[in-house]
Amino acid sequence: MAKTINEINEKIRQGRAVVFTAEEIIEVVKQKGVKQAAKEVDVVTTGTFAPMCSSGAYFNVGHANPRIKMGGGRVTINEVPAYAGFAAVDLFLGATALPEDDPRNKVFPGKFAYGGGHIIEDLVSGKDVRLTATTYGTDCYPRKILDTWIRLEDMNEAVLFNMRNAYQNYNVAVNLSDRVIYTYMGVLQPKMRNANYCTAGRLSPLLNDPLYKTIGVGTRIFLGGNTGYVVSHGTQHNPGVRRTELGVPKMGAGTLAVTGDLKKMSSRWLRGASFTGYGVTVTLGLGIPIPILDEEILRFTSVSDADIIAPVVDYSESYPNCKPEILAEVTVAQLKTGEITVGQKKVVTAGLSSYVRAREIALILKAWIKEGSFLLTEAVAALPSLDSGYAFRPLKERPWEAPKAG
Amino acid sequence: MLKKKVVLNFPPHLIDQPVTYKLIQDYGVVVNILRARITPREWGSMVVELGGSPKKLEAAMGFLGELGVGVEPLAREVRWHEERCIHCTACLAPCPTHALGVDRASMTVSFDQERCIACELCLRVCPYLAIEILFD
Repeated sequence: MAKTINEINEKIRQGRAVVFTAEEIIEVVKQKGVKQAAKEVDVVTTGTFAPMCSSGAYFNVGHANPRIKMGGGRVTINEVPAYAGFAAVDLFLGATALPEDDPRNKVFPGKFAYGGGHIIEDLVSGKDVRLTATTYGTDCYPRKILDTWIRLEDMNEAVLFNMRNAYQNYNVAVNLSDRVIYTYMGVLQPKMRNANYCTAGRLSPLLNDPLYKTIGVGTRIFLGGNTGYVVSHGTQHNPGVRRTELGVPKMGAGTLAVTGDLKKMSSRWLRGASFTGYGVTVTLGLGIPIPILDEEILRFTSVSDADIIAPVVDYSESYPNCKPEILAEVTVAQLKTGEITVGQKKVVTAGLSSYVRAREIALILKAWIKEGSFLLTEAVAALPSLDSGYAFRPLKERPWEAPKAG
Repeated sequence: MLKKKVVLNFPPHLIDQPVTYKLIQDYGVVVNILRARITPREWGSMVVELGGSPKKLEAAMGFLGELGVGVEPLAREVRWHEERCIHCTACLAPCPTHALGVDRASMTVSFDQERCIACELCLRVCPYLAIEILFD
């Protein structure tokens, strides 16, 4: 018995919608079976809280008097450069941006104590940040220098706009070399003494809708503690990878570009993060409701940690050199026990994605839907799916050569 | 045998005194140095585990007090800021004593100060600066 999103929304408005989290639904399906559960359940909520590097925010800071054209000039926020190649007072700040005088990895491993992700967190917390601009003057924008305090509430617009979030599955990182390495997957001990993973597993949004049947352009979501929207597929979207019989990709596959009003977000769900020897980023809470339109969609949402397989990749050699080698495939259930076996070796695991917070997001989304304050959306357009031929390609380098004289 | 982890703070003028030697030789205390920082003309500090009978430990503490060595319990030096922790579990792998642990059912991280030896391995793996060691 198929349902429509309109029918589900009607039940949400009446406060009658039956909602479970992606964790709870597993047990519901076990007890009732797919057929019965699909009839009864209207929505399954998902969540993830993890570092998401391709994130950033744009701001319209308002016009100073006299006016200044920041566009084409140089702008910093708390000494971190922001991108100003837009109209006069529109700026973009990326999560991985660093202060110009940060020593980076000159003293290895660098600390990366503060950067773009932390600034976005500070703004969301209501803190003042220092905005500076130096530029050229024009007849209509005569001013050349600006140095002022500013906070989120004083800006016209402050919008989180992320070009790649919510990676559908991810590598498990190990280090086969004989020295410690510092990566975006954390500190990896030599000779494979630890393995770091990053997934919300059975709660992960795109792992609960592996074929993108319901999540698409325009989908309303939980983002940073408030509502946000899916813009489109994210960068590096790669639907055509190997999958299990249940359709779950066995490696990084789909991604989402998302957006939301930064002014309504909370620092509980948006945190600056520092990765020793690597850099800064932002850790973000994102959750997506999945309308149970039919039995197939429900079956997808009942995916368990044992059904999700992630590839173990060496980050000392294979990853930096783009070698597609995989040392082993392990399940999320195994990763969550704290130990996996790679070859003959037992390896201690640690996560980068917070399962506790992922669960909390799924529960918040469930509460919003049950109380009728969050309605589901019909996707305006589908994400590129498995048969689309859409694929993630490496850079084809064509080295520049200096033109010959004469 | 009683075991006690403490932080010893040495005033600069004690630099030439063999304090650890005396603790072992004269007071019969087992000294396990977990961490030490000693620089001429500056306050030095040392994290040690002291072992011995309650009587011996008390005598050793008296000796340290008379010398002017500051003695603080180690627990006060290590802080896990629960409100900053997101429970990602990144800190678990490097922790040699399982002071940082996780309840696998809920995946909630916790910190047991009793087990912590202030090795600092967790400091650089926590992206949220949720663990702080105050050494000075």
